[in-house]
Amino acid sequence: MGYPHPSHPRETVVLSRYFGDPEARTYDGWVKRGGYEALRKALGMDRSAIIEEVKASGLRGRGGAGFPTGLKWSFMPKDDGKPHFLVCNADESEPGTFKDREIMRWTPHALIEGCAIGAYAIQAERCYIYIRGEFTEPWAVMSRAVEEAYAQGILGGNACGSGRRVDITLHRGAGAYICGEETAMLNSLEGKRGNPRVKPPFPAQAGAFGLPTTVNNVETLAAVPHILNRGAQWYKGLCLGNPKSTGTKLMSVCGHVQRPGNYEITMGTPMKDLIYDMCGGMRDGRKLKAVIPGGSSVPILTAEEAEACVTDYEGVVEAGSMLGSGGMIVMDDTTDMVYQIWRLARFYAHESCAQCTQCREGTGWTTRILGRILAGEGKQSDYELLLDLSKNMTGTTICVLSDSCAVPIVSGIQKFRSEFEAYIRREREPALALGPA
Amino acid sequence: MSVTVHGEEAYEPVFTGETLAALERKYAEYPTKQALLLPALWMVQEKRGWISEKAIGEVAQVLGLTPALVKGVVTFYTMYHTHPVGKYFIQVCTTSPCGLCGAEETLKALLLHTGCGELGATSPDGRFTVIEVECLGACGFATPVMVNDEFIESVAPETVPALLERYR
Repeated sequence: MGYPHPSHPRETVVLSRYFGDPEARTYDGWVKRGGYEALRKALGMDRSAIIEEVKASGLRGRGGAGFPTGLKWSFMPKDDGKPHFLVCNADESEPGTFKDREIMRWTPHALIEGCAIGAYAIQAERCYIYIRGEFTEPWAVMSRAVEEAYAQGILGGNACGSGRRVDITLHRGAGAYICGEETAMLNSLEGKRGNPRVKPPFPAQAGAFGLPTTVNNVETLAAVPHILNRGAQWYKGLCLGNPKSTGTKLMSVCGHVQRPGNYEITMGTPMKDLIYDMCGGMRDGRKLKAVIPGGSSVPILTAEEAEACVTDYEGVVEAGSMLGSGGMIVMDDTTDMVYQIWRLARFYAHESCAQCTQCREGTGWTTRILGRILAGEGKQSDYELLLDLSKNMTGTTICVLSDSCAVPIVSGIQKFRSEFEAYIRREREPALALGPA
Repeated sequence: MSVTVHGEEAYEPVFTGETLAALERKYAEYPTKQALLLPALWMVQEKRGWISEKAIGEVAQVLGLTPALVKGVVTFYTMYHTHPVGKYFIQVCTTSPCGLCGAEETLKALLLHTGCGELGATSPDGRFTVIEVECLGACGFATPVMVNDEFIESVAPETVPALLERYR
């Protein structure tokens, strides 16, 4: 549902069905709504059968990369005698994205159930749910739910009476965007600075504590019980055309729309319908100018590109961007694009872990150059300088934070050059005073 | 140095009695003791409000780590305070999505009405510290504000005075 708004008829409500329903937060309420049936079923199934079912559903990672979930699970070694781990990425901090927060706040048991199924499927001795430090309310709700699940025998040494052990531990982050990157998260979980690791080895070979690990996003894991309950074919059928993108996706829409919120769409829904029908279009009768469709790390789309875009993994790529986490930042025609791009660059400069030179220096320098342009001190040569820096920041570092900073700069200069030009030619009042970035 | 500045000559350990027991109960959930570092630092901050050099030394000793490693971790994460802050620590999200919806005005109102005046400063009455924070993950509810552990959605400049009344 379009939480915090009522459900829109164009939505396909699966994960968000109980958003806003406080009873669904409790164990009893969850069981009354069909909760934990999928887990009981899973614990009686062969592990490989669960993985095959998830593969057949077409479920892809909802954290941003869109990697097929069943395939990821199948990379875990089988019966190697080592402990395995499942890590649930609940470090939601990609600007524009606020869906995992609602899943945890309203349907904590859905996440616990998905985690328990995933942990069993990959032979994990424990699942860690890494929740960002600022999510105090989701933390409290999840803590209560995990306690309840242990008290009810859903988790523990004899999970659901199956004789199998399933354990979940909540782990609290402490403020670092980069810990949403999976290998940075593993370092953080181990009690280290959240610096991303060089891959390979991939987590399936050497993840948490050097042992085989799978990292999945909250929304991905929350979808798993539905797939087991209703079947892979049902999930696969939730698709408006392109069979590579299946299921529902929670789109967090924010910015200048009338009704910002989380909208659950069938993959393949036109972005135009999402913006104009579900979210009620632009505020104050303004016109759409730009959309960042998948969290701040993806290329900016112009209004025309967004209006022609099909909302699924391939559709957004075709439009020139990425579906990413589904965090849509919508901007109307009052938006100063140069200012917004500077603000995003500042975000990445703040969040760089600083271990790679291109990122540490590049995010800082691009922020300062953009700031100088906004202060009315820009030069014609700044385009080339920004694009050159962006090139050096792309594909050259351990993780993609640096690439993410370059993305809005490059697409911004490409698509909104006249706005940069207005500052550089001093045709526009400076938006910033020149000073330290 | 920092010991006398903050008047902590007589350092009282955090990890004794029930706090130590609570930490030790968590050892079974992790394969290494170091994995307890973030949870232990949270326990220190809950008890003391911030993490001092001496507390870093204590955590290092309890978990069998070096103080340098612990300090490196403390300073990596933005939520750990390495100096005392106001009784109410206010974090305002001003990242792009909230910025589009007026977060900077909300921030100005908070700086004004708390008496902090500038970012990171503590108000003369010691009650408030206001900082900007990057993306709080509640972009549909601009502007989200955290007051200590309390998460408040949709704060606007005109609702700031009433919000602050709750902490006076």
